[in-house]
Amino acid sequence: MKLTLKIWRQENAKSKGKMVTYKMSDLSEDMSFLEMLDVLNQSLAIKGERVIEFDHDCREGICGQCSLVINGQAHGPESHYTTCQTHLRSFKDGDTLFVEPFRANSFPVIRDLKVDRSSMDKIIQAGGYISSFTGMAPEANAIPIHHDIAESAFDSAACIGCGACVATCKNSSAALFVSAKISHLAKLPQGKVEREERVQWMVNAHDNEGFGSCSNTGACAMVCPQEVQLIDITRMNYEYNRAVCHSKE
Amino acid sequence: MALNAKIPVGPLKDKWQNYLAKTHIVNPANRKKLDIIVVGAGLSGGGAAASLAELGYNVKVFFFQDSARRSHSVAAQGGVNAAKNYKNDGDNVYRMFYDTIKGGDFRSREANVYRMAEVSVDLIDHMVAQGVPFAREYSGYLSNRSFGGVLVSRTFYARGQTGQQLLMATYQAMMKQVKAETLKQYKRHEILDIVIVDGKARGIIARDLDTGKIERHAAHAVVFGTGGFGKIFYLSTLAMNSNGSANWRAHKKGAYFANPSWTQIHPTALPQAGEHQSKLTLMSESLRNDGRIWVPKKKDETRAPGDIPEEDRDYYLERRYPAFGNLVPRDVASRAAKERMDAGHGVGSLKNAVYLDFKTAIEKLGVDTIKERYGNLFTMYEKITAINAYKEPMKISPAAHFSMGGLWVDYELQTTIPGLFAVGEANFADHGANRLGANSLLQASVDGNFILPNTISNYLSNEIRTGKISTDTPEFEEAEKSVKEQVEKLLAIKGTMPVDKIHRRLGKIMFKEVAMSRNEKGLKWAIEEIRKLRTEFWENIAVSGDQNGPNSELEKAGRLADYLEIAELMAVDALNRRESCGAHFREDFQTEDGEAKRDDKNFMYSSAWEWDNGENWKLHKEPLEFTEVKPTVRSYK
Repeated sequence: MKLTLKIWRQENAKSKGKMVTYKMSDLSEDMSFLEMLDVLNQSLAIKGERVIEFDHDCREGICGQCSLVINGQAHGPESHYTTCQTHLRSFKDGDTLFVEPFRANSFPVIRDLKVDRSSMDKIIQAGGYISSFTGMAPEANAIPIHHDIAESAFDSAACIGCGACVATCKNSSAALFVSAKISHLAKLPQGKVEREERVQWMVNAHDNEGFGSCSNTGACAMVCPQEVQLIDITRMNYEYNRAVCHSKE
Repeated sequence: MALNAKIPVGPLKDKWQNYLAKTHIVNPANRKKLDIIVVGAGLSGGGAAASLAELGYNVKVFFFQDSARRSHSVAAQGGVNAAKNYKNDGDNVYRMFYDTIKGGDFRSREANVYRMAEVSVDLIDHMVAQGVPFAREYSGYLSNRSFGGVLVSRTFYARGQTGQQLLMATYQAMMKQVKAETLKQYKRHEILDIVIVDGKARGIIARDLDTGKIERHAAHAVVFGTGGFGKIFYLSTLAMNSNGSANWRAHKKGAYFANPSWTQIHPTALPQAGEHQSKLTLMSESLRNDGRIWVPKKKDETRAPGDIPEEDRDYYLERRYPAFGNLVPRDVASRAAKERMDAGHGVGSLKNAVYLDFKTAIEKLGVDTIKERYGNLFTMYEKITAINAYKEPMKISPAAHFSMGGLWVDYELQTTIPGLFAVGEANFADHGANRLGANSLLQASVDGNFILPNTISNYLSNEIRTGKISTDTPEFEEAEKSVKEQVEKLLAIKGTMPVDKIHRRLGKIMFKEVAMSRNEKGLKWAIEEIRKLRTEFWENIAVSGDQNGPNSELEKAGRLADYLEIAELMAVDALNRRESCGAHFREDFQTEDGEAKRDDKNFMYSSAWEWDNGENWKLHKEPLEFTEVKPTVRSYK
């Protein structure tokens, strides 16, 4: 099959970027989208041209390093896929595809399609953990956790931190990402001890990092590769209000 | 240098406790004067970084990903083993130790394996406390499943994303220490050399992958949690950027490399579908709990799997290994698949796969149970192949997966370079010639969280008077210079052969002759081919762009340059070992019914190779002594 790619090229965060057109032929629909970029980069390297920089690593949808907005949709046309899981069978022969980085003020472009998502790490640093040190733990079965609670906590914990929710949100909010971690830890008895500090610290860090506010359109949950549910945002709001009401001040 | 594994005295079950009782520790007030560099932020490196930072050392952690949550530990699916005996099925530390020793075909170090089984119990407690949502029974207690090579259920799991969940816990523990300012992270950094001063590891040369800047970093000790080098086969289950470079640079500075040729070929990965393929996605071994593996009895079968009646199916694992059936260890399962495919019974368009069928399990347990156990794996399978595995069998195939070999370490996890430690897959001692499923997450986690923090203190207790290590020394100067020269050399070639193409060709040589089945002639041929390819690489590699910013081709070229040397040592190691053991199957040393034939008289040792300026390698042998177990012929029949 043949595809026309219009790919965002940008030298660094300060320079202006632009779309550059590349014509691809002899593609097979069993190829993954990133394998197509591999082939394109090989041809650029032979010609001595600078290759297209894009993020990727595990190529099986779990590390969260790949990104890209393809034809306006984070991680491409299939719902709940990562870009690395997207194959060319999702496109038609002769299609023109627009390939851009994840765009958000909190994700400055490093080069081409690579962006800096350190802002998400900073939210986790603010409180997205249980403050237990190695060696402190009691016997694992000492605290029974209901099967359904453990499964529900897993659903939230499954977030891969890719940032597709941010790239999709019209406000560049990371609400789905933050709420997934808050929900994961607040659901479990081990995480309940610090729930009040955690939610306040993390929500404040989210705002300080320049992410926008959530206006509940639900677009984030439509693209999330791990199908993190919108109700986690409700849980976050509940946790936040609960924490403020319980506040000692 | 003679190898000294520093195994503590006393009976096997007391060794670790004896060690802990006598080892030197560092006064908490002195820890903040000591700097530690950790390379790699997966379960082993990340666990070490977090735990050492909690103890109060100054820790710097380096990784090439853009966040510490992305290391390839994240992709491990099935589970983590621990001798908790929650199932009352006769499990204990000794049985787990024995299963691991036997699974490794009696080629691992007894004391290390026992310790791993011993501390496995603490690891589950630790991970639960960190918030890992392990699978639970309806009673609220932890659930277990079984894995290949064992007869008990000791595997803890979080659906099919156990690695991800353990890594999230480890990442969060790291972020907690970043906030506490005892841990500093250097993301998007790649290690290009290690710096030795007065015979001790004193720092690293790193390249900032965003700016291209070459940096010097000094420390009192260096820890490698750098993972395996299975990506040498190009097509593998590893992440695209996983590499062997840090280990290889250390090897060239004096760290011995042990059993480099022992690569686990995983039996249940997705088969290659075309020439452009970059990755073979793993399907967790846990699927073999409920899935049955078969091929058509008829060669070149053309019927769809659903149309092939029971009597025309060959459940070859159940046929050949009635005791363990579909749960034989990985090396045995991979070889059996290869045997059937070579005999013309492979399925799929390239005839390079076998079926993994859930029909029986779905009839027995219902779709919902299978969905809860493996839902995300079935989804992943469908995303990649567009096939619904609830309706028709999966097609699976063997793929390069785990490096049992790695940097030689003693009982303290210290390499032959004083002050350089290796944890997790980067070292070699625990899995022998074949790793059991769900022991990888275990080894990485316990090395990082429980073992290294207690052994590195023995070394660091002698460093409290050393003072800050300067990077302004001839040793750092020299290392930085050689790194810069290599970068410039790669950019100056301006050839016509893209990095990936040479890497694919290397992978083909390796998978043909240095993978599941080896022989003398093939290995010698491989060495010649690798050398030719190396020459071609240095004459004709195409690396465009410059070094002053991100340049993914330059990164890949540097890694491939090292792979082209590692590959030769792998073949040299396989050639030297004139026996079959575990994943190392020599066609010239097999039993009449095609099973591995060990030679305990001549090869009861670990091979530790010393770099000899590229001329050759010098072999050092660490004899393996078994005090508690008697090596037997490994049988799963």
